[in-house]
Amino acid sequence: MQRIAALTGNEAAAEAMRQIEPDVVAAYPITPQTELMQKFAQFVADGIVKTEVVLVESEHSAMSACVGACAAGARVMTATSSQGLALMWEIVYIAASTRLPIVMTVVNRALSAPINIHCDHSDSMGCRDSGWIQLYSENPQEVYDNVVQAVRIAEHPDVLLPVMPTLDGFIISHTLERVETLADDAVKKFIGEWRPAYPLLDVDHPITFGALDLQDYYFEHKKQQAEAMTRAKEVILAIGKEYGKLTGRGYGFFDEYRTDDAEYIILCLGSAAGTVKSVVDELRNRGRKVGVLKLRVFRPFPDGELARAIGHARAIAVLDRAEGFNAVGGPLAPEVKSALYKKSDADVCNYVYGLGGRDLSPVMIRSVFDDLAEGRADARQAIHLGVRE
Amino acid sequence: MAKEKGYKELAIGGLILEAGNAAAYKTGGWRTYRPLVDKDTCTNCLQCWLFCPDVCIDVEGGKMVGYDYDHCKGCGICATICPVKAIKMVLETEGSVDADRKGCFHSKKKG
Repeated sequence: MQRIAALTGNEAAAEAMRQIEPDVVAAYPITPQTELMQKFAQFVADGIVKTEVVLVESEHSAMSACVGACAAGARVMTATSSQGLALMWEIVYIAASTRLPIVMTVVNRALSAPINIHCDHSDSMGCRDSGWIQLYSENPQEVYDNVVQAVRIAEHPDVLLPVMPTLDGFIISHTLERVETLADDAVKKFIGEWRPAYPLLDVDHPITFGALDLQDYYFEHKKQQAEAMTRAKEVILAIGKEYGKLTGRGYGFFDEYRTDDAEYIILCLGSAAGTVKSVVDELRNRGRKVGVLKLRVFRPFPDGELARAIGHARAIAVLDRAEGFNAVGGPLAPEVKSALYKKSDADVCNYVYGLGGRDLSPVMIRSVFDDLAEGRADARQAIHLGVRE
Repeated sequence: MAKEKGYKELAIGGLILEAGNAAAYKTGGWRTYRPLVDKDTCTNCLQCWLFCPDVCIDVEGGKMVGYDYDHCKGCGICATICPVKAIKMVLETEGSVDADRKGCFHSKKKG
């Protein structure tokens, strides 16, 4: 039985966390994540959940406490944004490489400098190679759904990797929308009990975490980690399907919207997809063969599946909400290009948009589709969409 | 040296699942200099035992009786700390570890 509520993206994540009721949450407040942890801390203060909340003095300590608690055998969650994630950086890698299934919601926000509290993906893209699974959400409903599924994905014995569900700061985190939530016991049943294989607190079976791993074994452990990320693909699909049976909202690697016969496709992450979908509807009414593919799973990257889904298009525009500073474009476009390499004749171009919370308007999206249709898109360097000359 | 394991045989995340297995990791191969103790000069004060960072000083009945060459990295702390200068460091390539066995010699017999 599902309940319907009006929730912001932050509230949707906090509600999912209340139902998951992790053993330990260690967090530090940072805009625009603050509201998320505030709501969750309220649940704890009210005695609604029994989670141990660890108040720390920085995000570096927050992730460190999460790593320690997870190694001890607890089910652990946290959340952060922007500079907070940047401060966690070294421990973010340790969480993944020690194979600790921590779930951390990242409320996407631009990285300094200059200081900016609004949305772009430069924070989560900054740790795209840290070994975390990354799920991007389009709206508060998907935030809720992704956070619940993240626990299952992370703790799956074939995976055992941390998962980062993300949502666009303010655009989703502070926007009130209709959200369907599961009953508390349905969530508990879906995620099941966490039974760690090697809890540090099992004193009858003493083990070592974080030992030295030199030339003789480090490489082997990285190979294991890479294989777990590959196996995660199957697990993500199976859990997305199972969640669909439970809720009517199934999830895959991406969401294809009117792409079947589309000649021109926009590929994007997060909240941008909603605006692009409405422009696609408008252009379809005028007979233009356009579509949008919203990527949900960025890590692991679904390259073969992506090529099959959009390889038929004449031209594809990849929208990046982060600049890559590689003199080419954003971080998403090269991955899409390599996924299509030798599998598609589509021209792929790159647009960087919405940095620091800059609005993505329907006018801009129409101009992208016009560029694609008229062969104007520069295939090599990214176009900065909506920047002033 | 035991055969090194492939990635499929290893515990994930670099975990070490058995306690007390550090002794199996032989660090003696790192050594450039090997310590030798002159038992005629040695007073068995056991300061070498106290200061050895790798627990490589063998002691029996309160007496220093030699070295654990499987784990001694040749750091030379024992030779530096020895108050009677009974310990000398010799190049690993000089003589042989097998011949030195426990790392003790008697200067009177030699001279």
